[in-house]
Amino acid sequence: MEPDDSVASVEPRASGRRAAWFDALAAAVALVGLLDAIYLTVEHLAGRTVRCTVVAGCDKVLQSDYSSVGGIPLAALGALAYFAVFSLAILSAFGYTRLRVLLTILVALMFAASLWLLYLQAFVIRAFCQYCLLSAAVTTLLLILVVAGRLFRFK
Amino acid sequence: MSKNNPTAGKRNNPSTGKSYLPFIIIGVVLLAALGLAAMMFRSDNSGGRSSTNQNTTQNSADSNNASRAASKAPRAPMTVAGGAVGAQPPHTHGDANAPVTLEEFGDYQCPPCAAFHPELKKMEAQYGPRLRVVFRNLPLRIHQYAGDAARAAEAAGLQGKFWEMHDMLYEKQSEWEKGPDVRTLFANYARTLGLDVERFKKDLDSSTVTQRITADVQRADSLGAQGTPTIFVNGREMGGSSMQEIIQNTRVNVDAAMNVKTR
Repeated sequence: MEPDDSVASVEPRASGRRAAWFDALAAAVALVGLLDAIYLTVEHLAGRTVRCTVVAGCDKVLQSDYSSVGGIPLAALGALAYFAVFSLAILSAFGYTRLRVLLTILVALMFAASLWLLYLQAFVIRAFCQYCLLSAAVTTLLLILVVAGRLFRFK
Repeated sequence: MSKNNPTAGKRNNPSTGKSYLPFIIIGVVLLAALGLAAMMFRSDNSGGRSSTNQNTTQNSADSNNASRAASKAPRAPMTVAGGAVGAQPPHTHGDANAPVTLEEFGDYQCPPCAAFHPELKKMEAQYGPRLRVVFRNLPLRIHQYAGDAARAAEAAGLQGKFWEMHDMLYEKQSEWEKGPDVRTLFANYARTLGLDVERFKKDLDSSTVTQRITADVQRADSLGAQGTPTIFVNGREMGGSSMQEIIQNTRVNVDAAMNVKTR
């Protein structure tokens, strides 16, 4: 597999590089999300009270009916998604620019999922988990980076 | 995926000549993530408690029999001995000389503790006085009303109804955990239990109650019990990768210890 230059070739050189930097930054941010999701997955599986230090309610959120889908912890799906974002962003930064479409779609889906989870925490479970909030912040930042990266590309 | 475009592609590609590098980075991150998850999982199971290790040798002989008998347990429990004495006298169920002692560090607002409560009741019903149950307060700061709930149980204890209030707090957790006026609710529980409500209200903030809770928390700290519930069976902490596994582990170890002692 070789870097896909078909998209990169139509980019002006400077904006292409800038877009690559955005991809690299998105990869770094995805790593933060990955760490967070790994922690949440481990805590979900451990089932004990998570020692939240900023807001209360981690255990309530992590043990709610919404914390897993078909027996799979939501946090584990999050970890997979962050790893996918990291991989796509790294590949994109290294010239596989066609993957940026996939990256954008994935990040948009994750952002939508984060909004849904925020709604659940606020209005259904009525408790917040700081690590889940961090994940929502990371996803929002990723969306900003990916969109900004695309804007630079077409500038 | 690849398309030959000899005129432009490589110039704009920051990775010129390094097409394997991104895959290597991804592979390294994947391995690191899996390794980290495994490490965190292991440390979570062992409670990450350094103080337990210091006592392992000391108690290993004592625990060998039960460990062997409990070989079906999902994970071998950790050995813990000594520590601060906690509130005296402790709240207990069962015979003082019972063959098995189960000590629970609990927080009345913690959902896993409430989930453990009926399981413990089943074990108590099965073994009667041969299972000695000790409850220790470990109200976590993250739970807004856990401190007041611990006070309510202790205040009821001053009128001889600790366990009745203890059961009520766990069973009605979903009712009072939302607050905000938990003390009124607790006073209602006290009334239901036939306590002197005025005395109960005064006792909530009494120094006796405060000292008992502080002593229990000190014991928890000295044993390295940080999360709730932390359960010790004959001085050994029950580990597990999930609350269900901890409950199962507790059940298997209590059963095993009963069999060892009565053989």
